[in-house]
Amino acid sequence: MSDARANILARLRAAPRSPLPDRPDWTPPAFGESRLERFRAMLGSVHGEVVETTLAAWPGLLRTLLAERGVRRVLYGPAADVGAQLGRAWTADGDAPTLVPYDRPIEALKAELVHSVEAGVTSVRWGIAETGSLVLWPDAAEPRLMSLLPPLHVAVMAASVLYDSLAQLVAEQGWAGGMPTNALLISGPSKTADIEQTLAYGVHGPKDLLVLVLADQ
Amino acid sequence: MGAEPRAAVGNDFTVRAPQALNDPTLRANFRRAMDGLMSKRAAQFADKPAWDSLRARGAAAKARVLAQLPALLERLEDKCRANGITVHWAETIPEANAIVLEILQKAGARTVIKGKSMVSEEMELNHHLAAHGIQAVESDLGEYIIQLAGEAPSHIVMPCIHKNKAEIARLFAERIPGLGYTEDVDALTAAARAELRGRFAAADAGISGVNFAVAETGTLVLVENEGNGRLSTTLPPLHIALMGIEKLVESLEDLPPLLALLPRSATGQHITTYVNMITHPRRAGELDGPEEVHLVLLDSGRSRVYGDDQLRDTLRCIRCGACMNHCPVYSRVGGHTYKFVYPGPIGKILTPQLEGLDCAGDQPHASTLCNACVEVCPVKIPIADILVRLREESVRPGGGDAVKGGGARRSALETLSWRAWMLIYSRPWAGRLAAWGMTRFGNLLPERLPLLKAWTSVRTKPRFAAKSLHELAREQGYCDE
Ligand code: SF4
Repeated sequence: MSDARANILARLRAAPRSPLPDRPDWTPPAFGESRLERFRAMLGSVHGEVVETTLAAWPGLLRTLLAERGVRRVLYGPAADVGAQLGRAWTADGDAPTLVPYDRPIEALKAELVHSVEAGVTSVRWGIAETGSLVLWPDAAEPRLMSLLPPLHVAVMAASVLYDSLAQLVAEQGWAGGMPTNALLISGPSKTADIEQTLAYGVHGPKDLLVLVLADQ
Repeated sequence: MGAEPRAAVGNDFTVRAPQALNDPTLRANFRRAMDGLMSKRAAQFADKPAWDSLRARGAAAKARVLAQLPALLERLEDKCRANGITVHWAETIPEANAIVLEILQKAGARTVIKGKSMVSEEMELNHHLAAHGIQAVESDLGEYIIQLAGEAPSHIVMPCIHKNKAEIARLFAERIPGLGYTEDVDALTAAARAELRGRFAAADAGISGVNFAVAETGTLVLVENEGNGRLSTTLPPLHIALMGIEKLVESLEDLPPLLALLPRSATGQHITTYVNMITHPRRAGELDGPEEVHLVLLDSGRSRVYGDDQLRDTLRCIRCGACMNHCPVYSRVGGHTYKFVYPGPIGKILTPQLEGLDCAGDQPHASTLCNACVEVCPVKIPIADILVRLREESVRPGGGDAVKGGGARRSALETLSWRAWMLIYSRPWAGRLAAWGMTRFGNLLPERLPLLKAWTSVRTKPRFAAKSLHELAREQGYCDE
């Protein structure tokens, strides 16, 4: 198939050159003090639920919220900060939901993850106010499928990691210097409008997205 | 399962269009959908100066890609290789199909789960795989619905937009065991989820398209709302991504403006639920993600389009579908009338260039040149200019080689008529003679005269006045000088 490569590139190189335009000025929006407000409004507009809490209080609060929803099996990453905190807070508590650790390759956990866990709890690396988006960089401690397979995704985000826009985030955090295996922007639960433009949630991924925003200490 | 392979298709848009126009259900389904999409998009871009500057930035990002295409493709390849993604190049559709088949066979794959990919539609990949005993299941809800129905997509973003709820309810009742007839959209969606969950878990490979491939970092960017794209590219042990050679961006900084344009233009959403950026296969220690990722770069006529610096702008397209949503022709005849994979304005300029004017030469004519598509295109493709250029190419003397099948619509009679026209209007005596003749005998021309027929078949034949304007003026005492 190396011929294909050479032929394609040769045809492209033989074509007349078109001028290389500059990137015209474009300023992505900024929200100043109302960043969190914007984030909450935008995420709310796509069916995401935002709850403000604190670093100390969130595991207890989550336990209550999950009890209200009747969630009993929760997927977590024991090696991640968020997972470790959840583990410490819940193991002493006999009534807390069962914690299912994502600590083996997916091949060993497929049936459980695909069919049985009811919620997955992950951290959030950054937030984007403009679009109400969560930025996740899944890793070994919090794998990719945690935010996708369970019907409820619980995302824990520090208020301090909120950026105005994706453009600002990409530039200030130097994404071009190295991208992870998988980077994700998540804005709301899974949805479709393929049947007569009628919105339905949870078509393949989570039906609900709950974001716990931890206030600055 | 799946749509029948496309038969040899030809210039029969004008035959199919009246059939679609006379189908009231189809007309209603499209009208409702297009009205909704147009108003949602308009709400997103209500701030005109912001739209102008964002759009200029997006158009420049794609123009930069075209200005450096061969170098950027090589950079993308280098980066992907360094990241552990295997890159394949295919000049033609059969080559691309063979590449995909070989990867799957090597892995011993029997079932494939697919995310939405227009390139795979171009390739008719599902058929090719089925012929070799590999079952490909579409997982985007819209694609799944039309796969069950054995149809082709009628829109590039919303593939089953031609169907209404009742039609889908009937289809599901027939094809999904135990479901029964329901028009409840949540129930229909849940049924599809339940059907497809197991397919995801069992699939040996996932196949997806690519919205943007970032040359700077070797990152494949996929946007979607359902999560099926993420599942297809994460759960199975093997992922094959398919893209046309033009779907690049130069660097990560070009991504935010394009991501701000694509979903807002397409569906009026400020962002899609998921933006999935894939840079590596599963790395040591990671617990999920495919062990192998392949990227197939498909040319299939694109490098030829690139050869002409006007037509090249066609390759800026980010496949948002806004042009079709706003097209007075598409919204009335629907996507299937176009017969090829890409309908609407983008299809009218892309298809004749990829397939040739000899087999899709009628498409550039299926336009009123109203310019609605040009006004909404987020990357400023001069669609109307390209339509006119393609009309020219289709009658160019000697064929010309800018477009495959150039000159295919040239007819001796038409050429002769235009020559006569030129003669009449360049020589006053000929003009006077023709005006005299037409006023006296024009009304005797039969309606079914070749050439005239094209006009009179859908319009009343105009009546010639008994005297020309010049004659009338002269009679009233005006003179030429
Ligand atoms: S031509 Fe423009 S409007 Fe049409 S699909 Fe492509 S990018 Fe969108």
